[in-house]
Amino acid sequence: MSQQAKQYKAIGEDLWKNRTEKVNAELFSFTYGALVVQMIKDYEDYVEVNKQLEKMGYNIGTRLIEDFLARTSLPRCVDFRETAEVISKVAFKTFINITPSISFPSATSQQQSPRNEVAGMTGPTEFILTFDENPLAEFAELPLDAMGGKYAKAAEEKKALNWDLSEIGGQDEGLWFSNILCGVIRGSLEMLQMQVEATFVSDRLRGDDSTDIHVKLIRIMEEEQPINDE
Amino acid sequence: MGVSLSCHLPLAQEGIKPLTLRSGLFSFLRRPSLSSSFGSTPTSSDGIAQLSANEYLVMAGTLHGVHAITSRIAPVAKSSGVQTIESESFKMTIHMTLTGIKFVLISSTDMSNAESILQKVYEAYADAVMKNPFYTLEMPINATGFETRMNAIVAAAGR
Repeated sequence: MSQQAKQYKAIGEDLWKNRTEKVNAELFSFTYGALVVQMIKDYEDYVEVNKQLEKMGYNIGTRLIEDFLARTSLPRCVDFRETAEVISKVAFKTFINITPSISFPSATSQQQSPRNEVAGMTGPTEFILTFDENPLAEFAELPLDAMGGKYAKAAEEKKALNWDLSEIGGQDEGLWFSNILCGVIRGSLEMLQMQVEATFVSDRLRGDDSTDIHVKLIRIMEEEQPINDE
Repeated sequence: MGVSLSCHLPLAQEGIKPLTLRSGLFSFLRRPSLSSSFGSTPTSSDGIAQLSANEYLVMAGTLHGVHAITSRIAPVAKSSGVQTIESESFKMTIHMTLTGIKFVLISSTDMSNAESILQKVYEAYADAVMKNPFYTLEMPINATGFETRMNAIVAAAGR
């Protein structure tokens, strides 16, 4: 682990121990679960639920960032690699006491998508957060029809046996249970003039091997300046 | 749209007449042309004039311009702009957050812990304003909780 990463780890742990008000983790987990289930009942469509969760997260992120900055008083990150470190070791640590590990897609995959070159940026422009644990989904177990494309067929068959399963749309995409996290990342980075795309690529709840969020930098938003300002 | 808020109250410090001292605090967002303000009531009536909302708007607008100019003419790249302005009678400390909100403290010239006060103000803002679900981003702040905390901060600073 690099010097910098260690330093962030220490900051995150200190903040979690000394400056964070805690709530019961189960209460948190139940509340989130109840929210997601209620949304599925209301929208009857997993794609729509994903979208709404992301939107809620975005709104949380745009506010949460102020709390984060006020408490940490960290300076602006030099590059996106540092941003990744701070998100994982300080932000996730202080807010939900986890430290997702970071990996950077290899250089080869970046060559395949050269469009992701961001002006004025050196170093990586995307990273993957891998969650070993996820307090949001502590007790969750997805129904078959929420697990996405590869289970859609199995769900179809099961439905034939289970007549009372309600018809829910968007089964091909399925539910990204913790999609709110993507929104939080996007919202908070947007307040720091970084436009990113955050998406789940896999989730243990769906039977995948790991839970991964892919964060990709789209562009750095410049402070808007009036045209012809003299 | 932006916000500005203010607290005015005298700083009673040893050996200095409170009347000659002023401490004010206001903040606003990126576009002051759309900002508005409110002032908290002074904790003592010593005759310090409370500025009107309009005057704060003008002040915020001027400062915004000055800030933009200073960040452009600074000899270093990516300057964060002016941080303190000192005059014979007052000192103005500006703290700009990474999200672009400016908190401004107007104090007497001998104010030494202005930065730490503004940091406390930022924390109060994060707690009492941003966490209030009924607050709409970039709208004027109208929260008694925030006002109470601001008054406490300014009162503590004046001691």
